[in-house]
Amino acid sequence: MRTARFWKELTKGIIVSNPVFVLALGLCPSLAVSGNLDNALGMSAGVLFVLLCSNIIISAIRKLVPNMVRIPVYIVIIATFVTIIGLVFQAYVPSLYESLGIYLSLIVVNCIILGRAEAFASRNGIVYSIADALGASIGFMLALVIIAFFRQILGTGGLSIFGFDLFTLPVLGDHPMLFFILPPGAFLVIGLLLALFKHTGVLKE
Amino acid sequence: MNDNLFVVFVTMALINNFILVKFLGLCPFFGISKNIGNAVSMGIAVTLVMVIGSAITWLINHLVLIPYEIRYMNIVMFILVIAVMVQIVEMVIKRTNLTLYNALGIYLPLITTNCAVLGIALINDTGDYSFWTSLVAALGAGAGFSLVLIIMSGIRERLDTADVPKAMKGLPIAFMVAVLLSLAFIGFGGIV
Repeated sequence: MRTARFWKELTKGIIVSNPVFVLALGLCPSLAVSGNLDNALGMSAGVLFVLLCSNIIISAIRKLVPNMVRIPVYIVIIATFVTIIGLVFQAYVPSLYESLGIYLSLIVVNCIILGRAEAFASRNGIVYSIADALGASIGFMLALVIIAFFRQILGTGGLSIFGFDLFTLPVLGDHPMLFFILPPGAFLVIGLLLALFKHTGVLKE
Repeated sequence: MNDNLFVVFVTMALINNFILVKFLGLCPFFGISKNIGNAVSMGIAVTLVMVIGSAITWLINHLVLIPYEIRYMNIVMFILVIAVMVQIVEMVIKRTNLTLYNALGIYLPLITTNCAVLGIALINDTGDYSFWTSLVAALGAGAGFSLVLIIMSGIRERLDTADVPKAMKGLPIAFMVAVLLSLAFIGFGGIV
């Protein structure tokens, strides 16, 4: 029974309430860092770490925090973990840290994290909060990777990940559509994906 | 230095427009921009918080964080300052101008989690801007933010009556509008 609920909390964040495509949360980073797969995966790793840690802590202290000041307390907890992940990235993957720029720090105001803290971790036990955090992060990563996949293929004519060239398309490789790397391309890809999901109804239960 | 301030303003407002080029503050952009009145109020409130926030975070950064070499605490400090400041602005507006307070309604507390406000504080920090440059940058970013919010709300008021394909209704068509606006703003790239 417990395992069943664990899986239910985990899978709900991936498709049925996907943070980006269904709830339209965390749009700022999903547009800004989805230009290539490296940034998308780096950002997802950051969100996974922060969401997991903040959900665990918030769930553990949920009975101690007075209701009046809960939001500031949550924000400080989240900001602490964002600082930690920022320092870790700066030390071990400086190039990724450079290309993510202020968007890594801006995880602190990402609605997904505060949203999960407020809606789930502050009301449920630690184990289910872990499941919830994993689900929402995987859903976020999936969304970011899908968007980055299309933007990178169309915008650079090929796909490469952390320095490895996976493939280069014949014609597009020579004449990439730079438009998709630029900001308007991000809006276009997300808009079309949202319309596609709405039309086919794949994200419904 | 004086002529540079104008360049900073134009860069922040048009070339590096917060919504369309830097993707900061998208939640109010898609969530709130449904009528022009709300867009104007939201724009003014966010600009106000951004300018005051930049001033306070600059002072904290240069009087506390840098002298004591605890710059890595900037995110925690900035978000606390912003949260406290939004509360104070909310109380001041409530006492002095009740009509404006009612017009802004729920949007006021939500400014705390608006990426644009923390974004400008972090940009000022990473760019090592001087005090006045920070203020002008915040003012420019706020002006650009308000401009796009108002343009978008005007377009969306008309979209309500337009015949949009079923799958594109709501958020997808708003994204399509954003594509065209963003493309237009990319065109400002060469003016400075």
